[in-house]
Amino acid sequence: MSSTTDHGAGTDGNPGTPPSTDDARSDRLEWRLTIERLSSYWLLGAGLFAIALFGLIVLTLVQQSIPIVSEHSLLEMVTSSNWDPAQEEFGFLPAIVGTIYVTVLSMAMGTPIAILAAIYIAEYAEGRTKMIVSSFIDVLAAIPSVIFGLVGLIVVVPFVGDYLAPALGAHSIGLGIVTVSLVMAIIVTPFMISLSVESLEALPDELRESSLGVGATKWETIRSVLLRAAGPGIFSAILLGFGRVFGATIVPAMLIGGQTAIPDSPFDAGETLPTLIVNDFGELMSLPLTQSALILVGLMLLVIVWLFNFGAMLVRRRLKRRWQY
Amino acid sequence: MDRYTEQRLFGLLARASAALIVGVLALVVGVTLFRGGRVFLTDPAVAVTPPGSRYMLDGGGGFLHAVLGSLFIVVPATVIAMVLSLSTAIYLQSDYSSERTSEVINMFLNVLWGTPPIVYGVFVLTVIIAVGAQTSLIFGVIAIAIFQYPIMTRYADEALKAAPDTVKEASYGVGATRFETARVTVRAALPGVIAGIIMGFARGIGDAATVLFTAGRSTQMPGGPFDPATTLPILIFEQAASFNAEVRSHAYAASFVLIVAVLALIVASKLLAGRYARFAPGGRHS
Repeated sequence: MSSTTDHGAGTDGNPGTPPSTDDARSDRLEWRLTIERLSSYWLLGAGLFAIALFGLIVLTLVQQSIPIVSEHSLLEMVTSSNWDPAQEEFGFLPAIVGTIYVTVLSMAMGTPIAILAAIYIAEYAEGRTKMIVSSFIDVLAAIPSVIFGLVGLIVVVPFVGDYLAPALGAHSIGLGIVTVSLVMAIIVTPFMISLSVESLEALPDELRESSLGVGATKWETIRSVLLRAAGPGIFSAILLGFGRVFGATIVPAMLIGGQTAIPDSPFDAGETLPTLIVNDFGELMSLPLTQSALILVGLMLLVIVWLFNFGAMLVRRRLKRRWQY
Repeated sequence: MDRYTEQRLFGLLARASAALIVGVLALVVGVTLFRGGRVFLTDPAVAVTPPGSRYMLDGGGGFLHAVLGSLFIVVPATVIAMVLSLSTAIYLQSDYSSERTSEVINMFLNVLWGTPPIVYGVFVLTVIIAVGAQTSLIFGVIAIAIFQYPIMTRYADEALKAAPDTVKEASYGVGATRFETARVTVRAALPGVIAGIIMGFARGIGDAATVLFTAGRSTQMPGGPFDPATTLPILIFEQAASFNAEVRSHAYAASFVLIVAVLALIVASKLLAGRYARFAPGGRHS
């Protein structure tokens, strides 16, 4: 407890303390009020800091990407597949295609598993097992992505190159879009699971009881009642997961192989928007136009992730109204 | 398919998915501990030896520079982010802001929370270029602090919201000011707040994308706040695919150090949260 309040309470009517004059007491109050006022300014500042930080980031990125947008039209850059900064050719298409490939593939693999695992944790697991499984998932969510990248290099690259690609009749050196997608699917599931579990567990037990009471099986209850009632939360978890994969940097940079051409098959090497930044920023910082182009990529990432977030919010609101229980 | 078969099938699938995820986690942790531990445990000195002069070529010496760099960057960043995020979280409570204001701020925080770390890296690098500085440790601190801020604010906000209202009411009842009440509330929410700070630290120490361009990727010992530095994740990122087996093995050893640190932090966060639960009204069970 703060000493101020202890002391303030003690001065009244306690014979043990030295008699305090009215002066001292009003000084004390003055002091407390000054602290209150100063702290409220600081806290207001801290509250506004979140908005200011966001504004500053957006403004800086916008301002720095003006040079490239005034040189080349945005549409031209997005549809051109020629990326050669040394020749001032800035075609983002290969990276965009690569990003879409990675995002769609890893979400296609990750989403069903995440939802099923969330159902298991929220509805099937009990007691100790539940605690262990869900804390395992917390741990998985906290493991740094470089470590996933490293394990990907050690385990997934040979697996894809030597087994998966030949089995599907494709050729692969191991590094490539499929490899990245496999690893990203692993990274994004714990994130989606914990959000989905939260919304499943928030549902009232009456829903389960009344559904079971009219004769539905446990699975029918989950499928037709619980998934629907928790739908808004699960949907927004998926959209946030999309945003996660979309902006992932380290794992794609380690595993995608870095090739700026439109990939022919998912087993090809490629680029994603974030890896474009990683691979070119260091060396090409001296070329102002390239720098500007890469900052534009950063801005695009920010805007798209923002759209995903915003979409998640809207979907949650809309579905909540439609799937009321 | 009759409904009971369907029920059995999906029950099985749900179990299998959970098992798959736990298995994958075991695989990831196991591979890191095994491959990294083989290098690290045969020569633990590698983590406390400064790098040789041609470190990236022959892997001479060790990676003390990355261990120190990680600490010098993440510890100050966590302190900065802690002060800022706790203040923001306090402001978000109903004592200071209206529901509408806190909703707006929360929206921005959510956007920041979802922003890819690479964007923070690009932003700080842009600032570095704009002010004409060079990439250095201090900018690494700033980048990581920005990255941790929304994460830690969310944890702190949730912890403060979960604190019982009775604490607040009692505090106001004896005539405390808002700030004094906030201090009492923070104390009541301490387990959650501390868990959030440790999780923020763990996320910060593991992130590479924010510091990749801002801290300077140095291969020497960090000299001062304005000298280039490197961190463990950067070291792993750059050396994991090296052609030199010695350099590569250092990446494995570094990943061992990193994963042990992160796992220890998670365990510490759970234990501390339990320990500080005695400050929370309602006793020690949490």
